[in-house]
Amino acid sequence: MKRHAELLLALLGVLAVVLVAWAVPWLRFVLTIALAKGLAVLGILLLLRAGQVSFGHALFVAFAAYVVAFLAPLLPETLLLLPVAALGSALLGLLVGLFVVRYREIFFGMLNLALSMVFYSVLEKFYAITHGTDGIRLAPTRFAGMALEGAAQGWSVLLLALALSLGFGVLVRLHLASPMGQALAGIKTREPRLEFMGVPARRVLLSAYVLSACMAGCGGALIAMTTRHVTPALAYWTASGELVFIAILGGAGSVLGPFLGALAYELTRVYAAALVADAWQMILGTVLLLVILFAPGGLWGMGRALFARRRAA
Amino acid sequence: MSALLEARGLRLAFGGVKAADGIDLAVEEGEFLAIIGPNGAGKTTFINMATGYLRPQAGEITFRGRRILGLPPRRIVRLGIARSFQLPQLFTEHTVLENMALAIAAREGPWSPLAPLLRPAWRDEAMALLDSFGLAPLAERRGDALNEGARKLADIAMAVALKPRLLLMDEPTSGVAAADKMAVVETLARVLRQSGVTAVFVEHDMEVVDRFADRVAVWGQGRIMALGPPQAVLADPQVRRDVIGILPEEAAGHAPA
Repeated sequence: MKRHAELLLALLGVLAVVLVAWAVPWLRFVLTIALAKGLAVLGILLLLRAGQVSFGHALFVAFAAYVVAFLAPLLPETLLLLPVAALGSALLGLLVGLFVVRYREIFFGMLNLALSMVFYSVLEKFYAITHGTDGIRLAPTRFAGMALEGAAQGWSVLLLALALSLGFGVLVRLHLASPMGQALAGIKTREPRLEFMGVPARRVLLSAYVLSACMAGCGGALIAMTTRHVTPALAYWTASGELVFIAILGGAGSVLGPFLGALAYELTRVYAAALVADAWQMILGTVLLLVILFAPGGLWGMGRALFARRRAA
Repeated sequence: MSALLEARGLRLAFGGVKAADGIDLAVEEGEFLAIIGPNGAGKTTFINMATGYLRPQAGEITFRGRRILGLPPRRIVRLGIARSFQLPQLFTEHTVLENMALAIAAREGPWSPLAPLLRPAWRDEAMALLDSFGLAPLAERRGDALNEGARKLADIAMAVALKPRLLLMDEPTSGVAAADKMAVVETLARVLRQSGVTAVFVEHDMEVVDRFADRVAVWGQGRIMALGPPQAVLADPQVRRDVIGILPEEAAGHAPA
């Protein structure tokens, strides 16, 4: 797919999200959460290119969310809190990454999972600081100095999420086509060859890991600002699994995949939960099985195949 | 003249098998040195030691006067020693062109994080190199969609793209169709001579060795049994018997009826 076509699709997507959020106000919250998760999934996609699956990226989502929750009373400015939280997650990503990039495949995945569960336990047990499973309510924050409330506050976070999604989408798209991104894909097929060409493969994976942690941090900060309440559940392994689920659902073929997957996932969840309250997980599970069996390229791959067939006909 | 690569007293045993049992070998600047010997003699082990993949239990290797033992492969390749592989190591999900461009990028690093891999300068260089190996028509094929011979050549081309001073090749002609073998080696020798690359190659085809090697080292049971110009070494009765597998009577024309 040509770069311009992808950018056009992304801009159309932004427009569609704004229109839906305007037409159906209660979906604004759902769409913001979807975009926030999409950002985290974009990081999962980056690691998938190297053939590695992290089952613990909720760690970085939750870390950034708690950074926002703790700092909000001291620094009540959205436009400062978000970069601070993202930077915090990136630094944590660097620290964790130094250990996990030494491992591959199932060991990489499980070590990530283990570390995220350690963080979950810390959040849950240190009640005096974190308020345990009760979580922390977010103090009111300002947006560019303005104290926004209600709908305006919701819109400000949604637009921020859209801007970040678009920005990181373009960034990751360029990065994947660069030598660094291509070497990352080389880790999947011939890591030793990279070393014999003079490329430090672990460092390539580490930089992707830090970038993925940073994006997950942006997602976590957005989630905190939207839900205005953070709990340890953000770091629980099911939250990490959800990110991998969305990555597979959306497809790893394009940077649009994660956002497509996240929007489909959140919207299905909302409507399925309303229609069949007891069985919505089963519906999602069935959808995932169908995607794995019949559309390994995910929703993005399905859409592309349909488009190609129509053009050929 | 001091040697480009010099190994002294290399020893490495895998269990009871001595792959290197006191190897002394000097590779002179500009020469093509062939290593021959029976399977399992330790020829590939030598390449693995010289590129930092394996560490000998004793001995020393210097490259341009600098000790390189203990350095990881990626540091050694940056000093100017590249290698190709007996089993081609292409990035199977990348095209041949991207494989080449990655090698060029690896040589050129450090990388800016957003500039594309297939930038015009690197694309042109990759295509020119592929063309000199006769691989240009396959540039857009994926690494796993080539036949064994083409994969082998592409693997060598990637090592050449690193612009090494010394190129170590592990059986460059195995897998190449017999009819194409001489043409392939001819091409390879021309490219290497043009760029002034010194080459060491492990080889089983004595015709190739005879035609392209300046010197031949015979590897057997972890030792160098003979070393010298191909005419002399390949005529040695012991080498003919132990390595090439020709009985002395046959060689002398007294084959039993």
